[in-house]
Amino acid sequence: MRADRALALHLAVIALLFGLQYVLSPYHQGNLARIMVLATYATGYNILFGYTGLLSLGHALFFAAGMYGAGMSMRYLDFPALAAFPAGIIAATLLAAMIGALALRTTGVAFMIVTLMFAQAGYLTLLYFNEYTRGDEGFVIPQADRAIGLIDLSADDTRFIAAWAIFSVGLLIALAIVRSKAGRVLVAIRENEERTRMLGFNPFPYKLGAVTASGAFAGTAGAAYALLFGSVGASFAAIQYSIEPLLFVLLGGAGVVLGPLVGSVLMFYLIDYAREVTTAYLIVVGIALVLLILFARKGILGSLRRRSDGWLP
Amino acid sequence: MDLGPQIVLASLDGAVTAAVLALTALGLSLVFGVMRVVNVAHGEFFMLGAMIAWFVASAIGGHPALGFVAALVIAPLLVGGLAASADWLIIKRLDYEPEATIVATIGLLYILQQGALITFGPVAQAVEAPFNHRIEIPWFEGSNVGWGLFTTSYKLFVIGAALTILLGVWLLLSRTKTGLLMRATQLDRETAQAFGIPVEKVYALTFGFGAAIAALAAVLIVPIQQADYLMGGDPLLLSFIVVIIGGLGSLRGTLIAALLIGMSDGIISVFFTPTLAKIIATLVVAMVLVFRPQGLFGAKAQ
Repeated sequence: MRADRALALHLAVIALLFGLQYVLSPYHQGNLARIMVLATYATGYNILFGYTGLLSLGHALFFAAGMYGAGMSMRYLDFPALAAFPAGIIAATLLAAMIGALALRTTGVAFMIVTLMFAQAGYLTLLYFNEYTRGDEGFVIPQADRAIGLIDLSADDTRFIAAWAIFSVGLLIALAIVRSKAGRVLVAIRENEERTRMLGFNPFPYKLGAVTASGAFAGTAGAAYALLFGSVGASFAAIQYSIEPLLFVLLGGAGVVLGPLVGSVLMFYLIDYAREVTTAYLIVVGIALVLLILFARKGILGSLRRRSDGWLP
Repeated sequence: MDLGPQIVLASLDGAVTAAVLALTALGLSLVFGVMRVVNVAHGEFFMLGAMIAWFVASAIGGHPALGFVAALVIAPLLVGGLAASADWLIIKRLDYEPEATIVATIGLLYILQQGALITFGPVAQAVEAPFNHRIEIPWFEGSNVGWGLFTTSYKLFVIGAALTILLGVWLLLSRTKTGLLMRATQLDRETAQAFGIPVEKVYALTFGFGAAIAALAAVLIVPIQQADYLMGGDPLLLSFIVVIIGGLGSLRGTLIAALLIGMSDGIISVFFTPTLAKIIATLVVAMVLVFRPQGLFGAKAQ
């Protein structure tokens, strides 16, 4: 019974998001489409950080790999959107598996710094091949190419439905992962890696799986961002985009499947509001990080779960 | 120009870079060594040092040397005090837990950087050097003696000043009671506490001191470079590289690595573009952490 209650809640959230397009103004509808793409990114990050307890500071690399995998294959290889999207996901997944295999030789602080350094090297590489990547400025994917058959992905309503579909599939996959046997091993690794090993599980393949899965989510979000919003740029590989999912997950609740969505919505609007008030709007990110780590490590849904006898996955 | 003279100039600039880098990285290394805290906001303390130097120099006016000397005193004190209170208010409350501290110092990075944008504005500011004589360097080409190369007295002063400060830090650590307390805390926090050493105060002092050294390095370099609110990124990255290559927490390794990287940074950039040099450096650092976490000069793994 307990399992069904959780599934019902997630399906209800998905239905609610779908319904919101009929209620929201075009401005907020556009925002929500963007939020759902970013929330897909954060949902994958949560599998790694929230459930496995591995804090990566380099996931922007995988987001950018998805974005450039899709964007470059359209720009230089004339891929149609329908082929460019999986191309981006595959690029990010392979890269995540490679980086994961190297970075997972380290733990704790070293893991954070290694992922940070790899992402920085990736960002600098995008700048170095400025001629092809257009560096920080980036390039625009022409509107005519951003279509699947007759469906125009750049139109407001189709864009919203595409973002909603991607997020919904991502959310359900994340739910399935964390409720599977492998998902329980991930939590066991987070709680005590040595003890997990003693129980007869080799943590490495599980950890590599978590890095790769979160990389695939990041790549999916990156490729979707390129196709839905048309912009591809090296700035999406910068450190700020590695911090963002961490912030979303911390705010919404690490280790709660719906946490990243809640965090993404709140943080997006908080940053959006700050941007209107000051050019130094990123100060909000800094203050939020410090306050969350000091006073609310469980995040919003994490604290809520503690009060509701813990059935929320 | 021939390659020879170009390399002479590059190694002189490299020595200036190495001197400033050694100071900046020493601050990071000290904080990591004593507190086991990775301070991601370290580059922002450097940036604050430079911005305060500009602010002080333009507020005082008159001869540039007046502002410079005032900045040499004021910037490290202000930045050190700010860092020590950040430690007291934030890092102490996290019980110096490594992963939580990194997240907190990332937050601090944004707060300081954006705070500087609000306080000092987005424009890059130049500071006039207190003195800047042209010094010709003889260059032999066959039997002719050429005088085409020159450096400035200020650059030589930066190298000298950095060496003096490094010597001072070494004396402080090895010869004074404060240094003894810091070394004792580094060796074993619990035992130090049991012997009545106020560990939390030592940590706050160390954190402030590490930031103050970075600020001092920034005051020295700002007449050569310019000051702006985004300048903290490069010193942070380079300090990380130096501290990791030199072995986390090893001061001697930090100095050797700073010399190596500062000098080669100057010379490598004669042959490669700076971006390519940075790509190689970051990848090397990642690989060192993956395959040799004790650093190239570190003694043994923790």
